[in-house]
Amino acid sequence: MSERELILAFESSCDETSVAVVENGDTILSNIIATQINSHQRFGGVVPEVASRHHVEQITLVIDAALKEADVTYDDLTAVAVTYGPGLVGSLLIGVSAAKAIAFAHHLPLIPVNHMAGHIYAARFVKPLVYPLLALLVSGGHTELVYMPSAGHFEIVGDTRDDAAGEAYDKVGRVLGVPYPAGKEIDRLAHLGQDTFNFPRAMDKEDNLDFSFSGLKSAFINTVHHADQIGESLSREDLAASFQAAVVDVLVHKTTKALDEFPVKQLVLAGGVAANQGLREALQNTLADAFPDIELVVPPVRLTGDNGAMVGAAAHIELEKQHFADESLNAVPGLSFAHA
Amino acid sequence: MNILALETSNQAMSVAVMADLEVLAEMTLNRKRTHSEQLMPTIDTLLQQSGLTVEDLNRIVVADGPGSYTGVRIAVTTGKTLAYTLGIDLVGVSSLAVLAANIRDTSAVIVPVMDARRQNVFAGGYQWQAGQLINVLADQHTSLTQLLTALKLLQQPVIFVGPDAPKFQQDIFATLGNLAHIADPISQLPQASRAGELGMTVQPVSVFDFVPRYLRLTEAETNWLKTHDERGHRPYVEKV
Repeated sequence: MSERELILAFESSCDETSVAVVENGDTILSNIIATQINSHQRFGGVVPEVASRHHVEQITLVIDAALKEADVTYDDLTAVAVTYGPGLVGSLLIGVSAAKAIAFAHHLPLIPVNHMAGHIYAARFVKPLVYPLLALLVSGGHTELVYMPSAGHFEIVGDTRDDAAGEAYDKVGRVLGVPYPAGKEIDRLAHLGQDTFNFPRAMDKEDNLDFSFSGLKSAFINTVHHADQIGESLSREDLAASFQAAVVDVLVHKTTKALDEFPVKQLVLAGGVAANQGLREALQNTLADAFPDIELVVPPVRLTGDNGAMVGAAAHIELEKQHFADESLNAVPGLSFAHA
Repeated sequence: MNILALETSNQAMSVAVMADLEVLAEMTLNRKRTHSEQLMPTIDTLLQQSGLTVEDLNRIVVADGPGSYTGVRIAVTTGKTLAYTLGIDLVGVSSLAVLAANIRDTSAVIVPVMDARRQNVFAGGYQWQAGQLINVLADQHTSLTQLLTALKLLQQPVIFVGPDAPKFQQDIFATLGNLAHIADPISQLPQASRAGELGMTVQPVSVFDFVPRYLRLTEAETNWLKTHDERGHRPYVEKV
């Protein structure tokens, strides 16, 4: 193996087509992201068949841009990596098919990567990860607490029982008339309002690390509908602030509980919702007060959403472990880490 | 010219390696297994059996639809990525034409059909003229009734081909009577070598513009367009 380890990494699990070139697991040479948000905004959410069609249009353009920006040739590459799940099957299949074609054509090893591992390893671009660590993974499709005893080992210790946090944001956003994806705008509105509605903090009292957001979502929708019926107008800022406070409270509370149970050195905040300012601030404050020795690692916003670089960072660990796939690699839409 | 031809539009998957019109190796699988699992191993095996390496390929021919959206995308994505990364020619041919090309030595109108559900079909009309397979009725997504009505007007013998053809035979014979024929079971299966044959002389296309021949907008887009104007929109996909 050459000194320079270069991984060409693919990510297409939802509505971003992304290809990156990552050097030695911690340096991004290119990270091209083609996002379909403008398309899916028409429908108020991701339409899987539309997403798959965009991925096919984009895939070779994105590969080409990634290789050119990184200024590398196929001879320089060490391996090809690809997200094979979890995600939308039609979307995943584009990345998987393209990655297999490149690996086959240039006789390169193929590394299958779990999308969630990718989200966690986005933090590797901030600083080296120190184990054991805990990751709070929050996105449109997932809300999980993941314990990592060592590199490349993942155990789910807390999971959502119903909606993912990001999903709740999008559904509430629809009621507030905020365009999809709603997280950023609700976060902005929340900072202008007060938590006046005291929405329920689900599962807060239960003795486990699981989440639930459907009760909160229903309480929010009922509050708005009730006000509509009696002709009362509610402050959107206060609604957003109250919703966000409830989500953040639950996430922080369960994370704190997990940190009590699992002594770790770092807490990684990962996934698209990691871009949320309210959540970042709350975790920072809680850690400073209650766990001053635990370091919070949050990837920059560009790396919290879906991207190829995070897949390349996770693949670096898999390459060390020589975890390769053969030509029959398939998409696994329901892929999940093992539950502890 | 060494050609790799791929067809994954429906349940059957077919791959061929050819040196011009000579088929070096071909495999057609017709069991319900995922094309994604089988396609690349099959390409690898057939190249080895042909005594070729991937570097020996000059052209990729893909049956680019219509058909199962997910199925078509497997061959299209694999084919366009291979052509891009190897720097070789890429050609797309209609998956309906590939089926039609199974029927030889006839002057009848050949009608490949695929079930598109809810009494709809993907279908086209083809005819051999001076040794060339000519498209005489454009590939389209249409109702079975409309298709049969249009064919009846031709007052010509029609041969239906495709794995779904037999399931429509009652309606076919009711409308067309003894002008209609259904191809034999073996001819119903697509063969990648027929795609290779059709794609051998076609001008290559740009890999970056190559997308499946869906012949149908998604339901979400169709509904959206009923109440929206598509002109002047922001690009649906943007690099960020």
